[in-house]
Amino acid sequence: MMGAEFVALSLPPILIGICVAVACALPGNFLLLRRQALIGDAISHVVLPGIVVAFLVTGAVATGPMLIGAAGAAIAAVVVIDVIRRLGRIESGAAMGVVFTAMFAAGVLLLERSDTSNVHLDVEHALFGNLESLIWLDATGWASLLDPAALAGLPVELPRMALALLVVALFLFVFWRPLAMSTFDEGFARGMGLRTGPLGLALVVVSAIAAVAAFDAVGSIIVIAMFICPAAAARMMTNRLGRQVAWSAGFAALSAIVGYVLAGYGPLWVGASASVSAAGMIATVSGLILALAAIAGPHRKAVQ
Amino acid sequence: MTLALVQDDAKLTEAARMASPLAVRGLTVSYGQTPAIFSVDVTVRAGAMTAIVGPNGAGKSTLLKAALGVITPLAGTVAMLGQPLDRMRDRIAYVPQRASVDWDFPTRVIDVVLMGMYRQLGLLGRVRATHRAQAMACLDRVGMTDFATRQIGQLSGGQQQRVFLARALAQEADLYVLDEPFAGVDAATEKAIIAVLKSLRDAGRTVVAVHHDLATVPDYFDDVVLLNTQVVAAGPVAHVFTEDNLQATYGGRLTTARADPESVAG
Amino acid sequence: MWADALLLQLGYNATLVTLGAALLGMAAGVAGTFLFLRKRALVSDAISHATLPGVGLAFVVMVALGGDGRALPGLLLGAALSAALGLLCVQWLTARTRLGEDAAIGAVLSVFFGLGVVILTVIQTMNTGRQAGLEGFLLGSTAGMLRGDAILLAASAALVLALVVLLRRPLTLAAFDPGYAQATGWSLARVDLAMMGVVLVVTVVGLKVVGLILIVALLIVPAVTARFWTERADRVVWIAGAVGGVSGYVGAALSAVAPALPTGPIIVLVGFGLFLASLLFSPGRGVLASVLMHRRYQRRVHMRQGLLALAQGQPIFEALTRRLLHRAGLILPDGVATAEGQAAAAKALLDETRWSIVRRDQSFAVAASRYDGLTPIEDVLTQDQLRAVDARIDAPQVVA
Repeated sequence: MMGAEFVALSLPPILIGICVAVACALPGNFLLLRRQALIGDAISHVVLPGIVVAFLVTGAVATGPMLIGAAGAAIAAVVVIDVIRRLGRIESGAAMGVVFTAMFAAGVLLLERSDTSNVHLDVEHALFGNLESLIWLDATGWASLLDPAALAGLPVELPRMALALLVVALFLFVFWRPLAMSTFDEGFARGMGLRTGPLGLALVVVSAIAAVAAFDAVGSIIVIAMFICPAAAARMMTNRLGRQVAWSAGFAALSAIVGYVLAGYGPLWVGASASVSAAGMIATVSGLILALAAIAGPHRKAVQ
Repeated sequence: MTLALVQDDAKLTEAARMASPLAVRGLTVSYGQTPAIFSVDVTVRAGAMTAIVGPNGAGKSTLLKAALGVITPLAGTVAMLGQPLDRMRDRIAYVPQRASVDWDFPTRVIDVVLMGMYRQLGLLGRVRATHRAQAMACLDRVGMTDFATRQIGQLSGGQQQRVFLARALAQEADLYVLDEPFAGVDAATEKAIIAVLKSLRDAGRTVVAVHHDLATVPDYFDDVVLLNTQVVAAGPVAHVFTEDNLQATYGGRLTTARADPESVAG
Repeated sequence: MWADALLLQLGYNATLVTLGAALLGMAAGVAGTFLFLRKRALVSDAISHATLPGVGLAFVVMVALGGDGRALPGLLLGAALSAALGLLCVQWLTARTRLGEDAAIGAVLSVFFGLGVVILTVIQTMNTGRQAGLEGFLLGSTAGMLRGDAILLAASAALVLALVVLLRRPLTLAAFDPGYAQATGWSLARVDLAMMGVVLVVTVVGLKVVGLILIVALLIVPAVTARFWTERADRVVWIAGAVGGVSGYVGAALSAVAPALPTGPIIVLVGFGLFLASLLFSPGRGVLASVLMHRRYQRRVHMRQGLLALAQGQPIFEALTRRLLHRAGLILPDGVATAEGQAAAAKALLDETRWSIVRRDQSFAVAASRYDGLTPIEDVLTQDQLRAVDARIDAPQVVA
């Protein structure tokens, strides 16, 4: 399985899977610590209406408008959730549930009512993605990695996802201190003059960027799983923020690799012919890692 | 004597306000339709220790938070040495209530103290040995050097409060604002904290703290602000901290405030 | 056509489904209210997503046993079992690790759903899997439902509603006053378990109608909507039931007219429409009312503070205060008070002085508690009391 076929059929999806998993897991750490884990859930749901609206406006499946549409939908959702929470004095979970289900429902209906038969856009695709289809037809072997002509034929999702990962990592690197301070002690951070409101919104927008880039390749399920599971497992491995983020990136990459291999080759090992959903399997593996951390992680319990 | 209470502040000259490290005027904050504080005027004296005292729900924490811009007031202005607060952030250290913090956060004591140097370090500045040494020196002043590498949640309430004070010291500010620094801490910690605060005052810094324990106000503080939604009285402890004013601030709750075990502890 | 649908003129099956959806909506609205009041609304999201692997495995098992994989009762049983397992996982993660309930919910819903997707792809490779139609469980599909399934749906929805009505006492008690509930001998853990059981049943029954991704909306939206209309807890329950019922009825009826569209999103959007109207226009907490109230309040505070500053000869720093006073004709553009302004300022100062005396005096404790900086003291004290207060204004006071 290490030959030309692997480079052409498995390497690109695995790399894309790793980029997706890490890009979501990184901001997931801060969402988790801010008790906003479910914002990841909400974001991945509202990405759909954002993309559909962008598609309806531009008439094409183009990355730029879709990113803007999805980020806009994420911001709109967060603002509306906040308004409902404050005006109705309603807990944020319930406010979230109202907003993201309604936006998702609207996205589904818009999608079903508009003519998208000639483009790659349907509800099931949005939920499950299709990681397996992101293959590299121009590859003839490992040497293709050095061949510019062949590299030009890489699935566009790979550079796009790598860019998203870069943006996310850069954001966290630059704003590490303010994010840590405002998450740990918001009052102190505001007393120092940090604008914690816009910072929190920026975190959501960056998460949305990761989600929308990932969504196209792997669907919304794996996005939610990657926002939460690696970070949650990592929290139980260490009591230091930097190490937690490193653990989460490792867990995310591990989930992507193991999940993809299990989905693609697992059925063959047990004698079945076809492969199963890679996105689903990656989410499942991340859940197993979380379960192991919850059973045996050195810092699985809070102090008190 | 007519309207003496309302006009107390009118006597203050504009000059006194310009010299004050924290001058609050007409500050009103409301959660919903009832004010937590209403039209509060406070002019803190430079180089003094000022206690903010009042019954539960009097708006003491709200006053501090609004003065520092942690929450947005409905009306009012705040100035430090006559300047808007945003230009003076470097010179203010704030110690929030312990209860407002996520103690399960994955961070060590030393990292918490380093947070106090954020203005110095900036977004990307490297933490150098000198910064670490400075942070350790701050921990030393509160007697917490042995705990530098512990996770913050593993400390007792008093130890956490000392770390918070160390973080404030690391800011090297001129004005120290503390929200209930003695709530839920042991007697030894209370003594240690007050010693540090007094040394700050003796070095010419200004300290403002919300305080619960009426019995220790005269020992600990120079000035006092008696607050119950509005300012009831403000000024040097010797003049303002009278039975009459306390009665006016606490109403029928004064006896309860005195019997409060937390107040007796100090 | 739409009118026909709403008047149940589209045939026996569609009528059954519509009525069933209405009953289900009511049950979900009421059950969701308890969940919402216990601040655990999104636990239902984990429960509903956790049904997917159960549905898939039930299909596989039924086919393996030689039966029809699509038999609705079997699929729903599988859904219930795996949903219960998901719920247990949420409870276990929350109780035994440092993770918060939000993280536990997110982890369970995504992992179970991912596992479900894996199982669905396995089913697609089976000979009988191609026409399994299990996708209908994702977003709900009631069009072309078999008569037996329609009867099952309507009957179980009616049963769920009966169950909720039966359990409403302990659930209400636990939701509104957990302390009292325990004191009167209810075990909170058991009541919570009963609540989760009801939510689980609602979810499972709703799978075919609303779909597992959106069923959470049917549980939460009615309760949140109801919260905007009343401060009384018991009324929230009934309003939520009504909102849920209307959403289910109208949504399912509309969906009968447009069989190509999934039912779930339509029902959810009908409910969301009701919510949106409440959010914007409800008299107490609505956006419109809140914004107006806040602005009016802020203006009153600024006016009052401006007048007090005028009365004491202090400068007015804030632009908004100056603008308001000027517009009311109380000051000239240069900040000097007009005759009217002087009168108003004097009155405000008198009012404030009277208040300060009242607030200092124990015998006025009740009146003093009504102080909010704005209410004129005449509204609180009688004429006689006012005279008593005024008598003290000129008397010497001990201040500092």
